[in-house]
Amino acid sequence: MEVFGIPTQALFGQLLIGLINGSFYALLSLGLAVIFGLLNIINFTHGAQYMMGAFCAYFLLTKLGIGYWWALVIAPLAVGFVGMVIERLMLARLYKLDHLYGLLLTFGLALIIQGLFRNEYGTSGIPYPLPQELSGGRNLGFMFLPNYRAWVILASIVVCLATWFAIEKTRLGAYLRAATENPELVQAFGINVPRMITLTYGFGVALAAFAGVMAAPIYQVNPLMGADLIIVVFAVVVIGGMGSIMGSIVTGFALGLIEGLTKVFYPEASNTVIFIIMAIVLMIKPAGLFGTQR
Amino acid sequence: MSAVHKLAPRAASRADGLAHQRIATAVMIAFFALAPLVAYPVFLMKVMCFALFACAFNLLIGYGGLLSFGHAMFLGTAGYASAHAAKVWGFPPEFAILFGTACSALLGLVTGLLAIRRQGIYFAMITLALAQMVYFFYLQAPFTGGEDGIQAVPRGKLFGVLELDGVWAMYSLVFAVFVGGFLLIHRTVHSPFGQVLKAIRENEPRALSLGYDVNRYKLLAYVLSATLAGLAGATKVLVFELASLTDVHWTMSGEVVLMVLLGGLGTVFGPVVGALIIISMENYLAQIGSWVTVVQGVIFVICVLTFRRGVIGELGRLIRKPL
Repeated sequence: MEVFGIPTQALFGQLLIGLINGSFYALLSLGLAVIFGLLNIINFTHGAQYMMGAFCAYFLLTKLGIGYWWALVIAPLAVGFVGMVIERLMLARLYKLDHLYGLLLTFGLALIIQGLFRNEYGTSGIPYPLPQELSGGRNLGFMFLPNYRAWVILASIVVCLATWFAIEKTRLGAYLRAATENPELVQAFGINVPRMITLTYGFGVALAAFAGVMAAPIYQVNPLMGADLIIVVFAVVVIGGMGSIMGSIVTGFALGLIEGLTKVFYPEASNTVIFIIMAIVLMIKPAGLFGTQR
Repeated sequence: MSAVHKLAPRAASRADGLAHQRIATAVMIAFFALAPLVAYPVFLMKVMCFALFACAFNLLIGYGGLLSFGHAMFLGTAGYASAHAAKVWGFPPEFAILFGTACSALLGLVTGLLAIRRQGIYFAMITLALAQMVYFFYLQAPFTGGEDGIQAVPRGKLFGVLELDGVWAMYSLVFAVFVGGFLLIHRTVHSPFGQVLKAIRENEPRALSLGYDVNRYKLLAYVLSATLAGLAGATKVLVFELASLTDVHWTMSGEVVLMVLLGGLGTVFGPVVGALIIISMENYLAQIGSWVTVVQGVIFVICVLTFRRGVIGELGRLIRKPL
């Protein structure tokens, strides 16, 4: 069977890879958007924290014999905690300054973290085994779907929607949105805004670490796995605009799919297609598809 | 908005007088003229190329308030273009450098039209993403030689008379390019154009309400910065006879940010001092290889947390004169 002269196996295979990449774009850009909303900081360390999540899962497995499912819980908590320490010790000193200092600080932290891991583990990548429950796959008739990949897509959709629900529909989320609009006023109502900021940063970082654990069996564990990825995610964030939580989720998945399609029809451009879309969006709607100019 | 602490410290008003800056400029020129007597000339040429690169970057952040995280694309583009022109087309060095610089200027115009549509953090992210796109282009384009780069770029004869193969001829050329670029930036900053740029940085809505076409000024500053970064890149390629992917990678964009941050954002001499420190550091730390990244990260963190004025900024505060 063929569509536009492309075998359907190849087409759906690339679309699946696109959806997988899109899952990671969505999780990472969601974390960036949550952090940016409250802290007004673009977290350049996000890619390094994604990598730390994967390494945390690897350490848990090799040093303590703790498997994938517990790693999925422990790694985000651990990396999120490290994130909160960073926020308290460093980022908290910068809120009164130009927001670009936050970008520079987190860039420096990313260099340190990635450099340290690279010195210790090189750049070749360490394999991480698939969880036993999710090995194998099923034949859908038009394509073969590995179980683990289906799980990654499903889990990231659930986590993204749960985050959206928590922020848009719950009381805690209402505090968060209020603090994004006007932190002084929210503080005057007796809500501990600095603690909320710390927890928000920790949560955004935990999302990155969660993505890292899920990526470990697919992409291997590599000290530089987040370094180039974070730049693509920045482009995703620019395309979606950071005003809306749902916007960053949708944009993430959509761009993953578009990237997958590009691999089928014009592979030379698959590395650059997201940046080209960014350029086009900037020409038409500079604030981003879901964003508001501020 | 005005309550926000601006990234770049306020530059000197014209009334401050420029006498001490003239003296400092003379000291700097004398330093680079005499230093090759005691230091390794190739090292100094590298420092001058990066100093010009950093000065070009500083023009944008220090006087335009725009933090570019993609300046490596201009360094690398000019490098590849001039290397290709010199090696494949057989251009003499002066035209190879001019051609490379022109390519960067053109790239600056195209990317600038996109990037200046957003400000602040978005501007940084957009320039980074555009630079990454340019990086992937060079990674795949056949003429760049991929991972190998363009090697053995001929230096040729300057103006058809001066063989650049000798170290002193090359040093003189780099010295002339660096001093010329530095003085051009100095002139730009103190021109009416530079004053309008500063006004835009301090209060954009007000500059707009006074009738200045803000976006045109920003674009012009961006293109000028890209052009001078390109000049640095083209010259650097002739010095090392090599154009490679290192010069277009985002780590290079980060490195120039670090140089300017360490030397002093928005200061006249900060970028030069920052380049000197960072390049020396890389030279001495070369034995421990991959630790350089970690050290760079640590300097970033220290600078942002406790040393935001940079070396020259602190020095200027000490003598109470802007440097």
